[in-house]
Amino acid sequence: MGSFAYAAPDNLADALAVLEQHKNAGQRIQIFAGGTDVLVQLKAGDSEPRTFLDVKNIRETQTISLKGDSAFIGATIVCAQLYENLALKEMFPGLIESADLIGSTQIQGKATLGGNLCNASPAGDTIAALYANKAICMIAGKSGSRELPVEDFVTGVGRNALKPGEILLGLKLPKPNANTSDAYLRFIPRTEMDIAVVGAGVSITLDDEGVCVDATVAISAVAVTTLLVPEAAQALIGSSVDEVALQAAAQASSAAARPISDKRGTKEFRRKVVGVLTRRAALIAANRVKGEAE
Amino acid sequence: MSKMHVSASVNGEPVEFLCEPQQSLLNVLRDELNLTGTKEGCTTGDCGACSVMLDDRLVCSCLTLAAEVQGKSVGTIEGVANGDTLHPIQQALLEHAALQCGVCTPGYVVAIKALLEKNPLPSESEIRYWLAGNLCRCTGYDKIITAVQDVAQQMAKADKNAGEPA
Amino acid sequence: MSEAVNFKYIGTRPVRPDGVDKVTGRANYGADANLPGMIHGVVLRSPHAHAIIKKIDLSQVRLLDGIYAAVSGNDFPEVSSGSMGGEGGGDYKDLAANIMARNKVLYHGHAVAAVAARTRELAVEALALIQVEYEILDPVMTLDAAMAEDAAILDESMFTQGVDPKPKYPSNIASRIEFKRGDIEQGFLEADIIVESEFRTPTVHQGYIEPHACLASINEGGQATLWCSTQGHFDVRAASAKVLNMDLCDIKVIPSEIGGGFGGKTVVYQEPVAILLSRISGRPVKMVMDRDEVFRASGPASASHTRVKIGARSDGTLTAMSCWMAFEAGAFKGSAIMPGAMCIFTPYKVANFYIEGFDVVVNKPKVAAYRAPGAPQAMYACESLMDELARKLEMDPLELRLVNAVEEGVQAAYGPKFNAIGFRECLEVAKQHPNYTRALKEGQGRGVAAGFWFNVGMQSSAEVHINENGTVMVIEGNPDIGGSRASMALMAAETLGVPYEKVRVVVADTENAGYTNVTGGSRVTFATGMAVIQAAQDIISQAKQRAAATWELDEDQVDWQNGHAIPMPGVNADVEPLSLARIAANSGRTGGPLLGRASLNAKGAGPGFSVNIAEVAVDRETGKTDVIGFTAIQDAGKAIHPAYVEGQLQGGAAQGIGWALNEEYIYDEKGVMQNAGFLDYRIPVASDLPKIDTHIVEVANTAHPYGVRGVGETPIVAPLAAVANAVRDAIGVRITELPLSPSRVLESIDGA
Repeated sequence: MGSFAYAAPDNLADALAVLEQHKNAGQRIQIFAGGTDVLVQLKAGDSEPRTFLDVKNIRETQTISLKGDSAFIGATIVCAQLYENLALKEMFPGLIESADLIGSTQIQGKATLGGNLCNASPAGDTIAALYANKAICMIAGKSGSRELPVEDFVTGVGRNALKPGEILLGLKLPKPNANTSDAYLRFIPRTEMDIAVVGAGVSITLDDEGVCVDATVAISAVAVTTLLVPEAAQALIGSSVDEVALQAAAQASSAAARPISDKRGTKEFRRKVVGVLTRRAALIAANRVKGEAE
Repeated sequence: MSKMHVSASVNGEPVEFLCEPQQSLLNVLRDELNLTGTKEGCTTGDCGACSVMLDDRLVCSCLTLAAEVQGKSVGTIEGVANGDTLHPIQQALLEHAALQCGVCTPGYVVAIKALLEKNPLPSESEIRYWLAGNLCRCTGYDKIITAVQDVAQQMAKADKNAGEPA
Repeated sequence: MSEAVNFKYIGTRPVRPDGVDKVTGRANYGADANLPGMIHGVVLRSPHAHAIIKKIDLSQVRLLDGIYAAVSGNDFPEVSSGSMGGEGGGDYKDLAANIMARNKVLYHGHAVAAVAARTRELAVEALALIQVEYEILDPVMTLDAAMAEDAAILDESMFTQGVDPKPKYPSNIASRIEFKRGDIEQGFLEADIIVESEFRTPTVHQGYIEPHACLASINEGGQATLWCSTQGHFDVRAASAKVLNMDLCDIKVIPSEIGGGFGGKTVVYQEPVAILLSRISGRPVKMVMDRDEVFRASGPASASHTRVKIGARSDGTLTAMSCWMAFEAGAFKGSAIMPGAMCIFTPYKVANFYIEGFDVVVNKPKVAAYRAPGAPQAMYACESLMDELARKLEMDPLELRLVNAVEEGVQAAYGPKFNAIGFRECLEVAKQHPNYTRALKEGQGRGVAAGFWFNVGMQSSAEVHINENGTVMVIEGNPDIGGSRASMALMAAETLGVPYEKVRVVVADTENAGYTNVTGGSRVTFATGMAVIQAAQDIISQAKQRAAATWELDEDQVDWQNGHAIPMPGVNADVEPLSLARIAANSGRTGGPLLGRASLNAKGAGPGFSVNIAEVAVDRETGKTDVIGFTAIQDAGKAIHPAYVEGQLQGGAAQGIGWALNEEYIYDEKGVMQNAGFLDYRIPVASDLPKIDTHIVEVANTAHPYGVRGVGETPIVAPLAAVANAVRDAIGVRITELPLSPSRVLESIDGA
């Protein structure tokens, strides 16, 4: 049995060195950002000693950049910073809303975008929104950096594609053009403070005639990982996002869902409501492109 | 296993303490620094009774490692009143009978203060959503919300008056 | 008491005396006390819902450095059976076995051992060294399972009480009760219309924000001091003495400020364990439950199953009401089936009724009182069916209730004749209320329901001390759970005629206050208030004596007005009125300090009636219900501090809404609770609720000097049915099981 330790290096090289050192020594190390999941898990059973590697002081993880064709959001940017950033909110309203839905105001003051992704909960709110926005994970390791599409990053419940010695620095998102927008909706029994029973993130691109030329639909809390639903996207593409297309997208999401029944909802409920949310989110995203009031 | 040495500011004063790497800020505040005004209701971030300010962010001290506050400033309920004068938020909660058992109240005071600093005149809905992470089982929230609406008006008026030439 | 009485202080809304400490973090709650040399106790809890303990081995853990004491059930004395009395009821033998399991564990989370260590973390780690061997039994998790012929039996020595002849075989049904009046069959024959249905409610928790916490220290002479968060420190003393076989006078209990209870802190869990650990270790021992333990191992409220049948004439007059109801007691007998059964039909005049009730044990934590214990479950069933009856009769639901409402002089279903009560007044207020008639949109619905709770009196003591400058100290023994110090101060100020600001109220410990029953049963403002008033009157009588002596008059020649002694009208004395302050200043020369006191067993607690109006919006695609309006109307007799009375109405409404919509214990097939935290045990948050409008009706309770009737519990009774009836109105389908969770509502909409 080892002991607990905490390290908060202020640069990437030192952080990677700490990771490497633990890897070589076979000691458990856990990357630590907001801690809002980690500390709950520490109390809820996984109390094994480990080193917490706090990566909040690393400049790269604390950066938001909107220069060029894509936006970069550092992994340790907290939810509150996301929704306080008006430019980001304008660019990715759905993603920012998903961050605004996580936990309480207090949680949003600590919980990070990277943490939500790395925690890889099937119900993680930002994950479906990141899928819908075709986000790319920017990963650093001893032997250099690599990029990974977000849908390849989440590999299972609580599992991600980071190898020992690697750190998620942040997420790169292609900037949407003027005819693209997104939306994320989740269902919870209360108005706040719950884990999503189901979630749906949709990104939509319309042409000047209002016809959908591209769409991405991602659904969450209905399988072990967030799912992309190309069938739902296909149902929207080529349509004017009318009721028929929306219904078809809803049905596609319901059909793609592989939910379980648990304390938060039944299989049947999840299957049905994920369709409802897909339809509603697609409509919101389309209306956003059209500049219509929600 | 050795303890960590942490230097921080708590309610504006420099503080040093020793903590275990996995120890929460809540634990250190209550048990090491004897600041028991910050309450423990769940230790899982679900109730808000342990709300404190960490620099300019409202956080749950139960989900913050004590080690994380190195070099940062922490604001607790004990630092809200000014000398022998209650903060207007504290006064408003009293006057509106917005507490019954009172155990959630310190967390509310800290959270409401954070709200009004960011959003001086919030709508009822904004107040309710901002405070959704502060559970109260006694009041049904009604009088708390009214107290916040009232004190926001008062503070805005006081600010305006202060800003006007004499 | 006439309506024309003009009060000077009663009915005003001053800041509570303990307020500043509670908004600044200065107030000390259960977990806020520390002592030098203090160590920390934690409990090892059963991982099984139902099992025989074959062996517990504490030898390893006792060897660990930093461990000061370790105990299991074997270290506690044998406790014989005996009724605990009080609001929670129960038996001391069961209480002892609940505090620390003996031979058998009866729920997941049942305490099986405890250790005290240098730090809490070390104590938690040390639990892993305790070896317990279990023989696992089938868990019995529902009323249906527990009452089944072939059910696994929790207690082989339990034979159903109230059945004649005595049963031959043990059962999980602890007792059967029956109440009846008139001829039930004839009553249904007289009916033009009969409605019947069955209703179920889940296990729910009081959900107080402060977990149970205590700090015990026992000296070498065997005298213990216990600091704890409780609704009744005298009951903690009695229970701890019983469980540890100690003398009452060797335990001093100091009540901390209390962070909510709602009935759940009328019972002891850790307190005797802490005393025992302190005795073994020779050190002060602190024990604080974590939230998970609070859910798993402190008393929730009963799950229930109720079948109701109501017969009425076409004009709405009730002719017969009958019900069959079963309540889960948890691991040990003693649910609130009795008050539930006694209250279910109480709001209505009906010549014929029949009530049959069952108290049933299951492998869940032993239930504790929760605000009007038994009434919310019972009235949910009755008031849901009354709503259906109104629909069938095409009658306004308030009108149906008005036709049948009990009033002064009517014999209550539970026995006595009602004195003045405000039920009809509440119904009339509801009928006239704008929230009852405002327009609703598509998908929205409105429901009404009535609530009733008996309220209790019981024993209280109070002293009033007059300081030498005439300021007033009130000493009483009820922990202030929601502003009662303010009510006591207002009643003392009113009685004595001194300003509210000159009165201080002390909640004293078991050595400094006279015996006082729990803060519960909506009794404090009524009963302890009455003791405070009487103690203040004692002061007035002494002050009049002192004035008479000063003035060389007879005592009956002196009157008391506005805080001053004055000569009676017609008495010829050329003297200035003497203020309480002057009398106090002079008291050394007139016979010593002024000290008033009273103790009583208060009779005549006025029953509480309420009417609630709930307005909801239901999302037909997701089954989600939003409460968009809520109106609570209740008879308070006389509101001493109206803001805190409104607070009771609003807080009870919020708890009732939670019970109706989302709150429930969810178990897996092994009997392990799946949602033991505020994340998934979903109590309402601020954004879930609308403004809760209140209207206080005041029909004075003639048994109280100022007309007070209890207000704390009634508010939680009506919301369950009010919300359920509103959802029925919105979706057109009656759902007969709570909570009205989105899954359940959506299923009902889709199935309709």
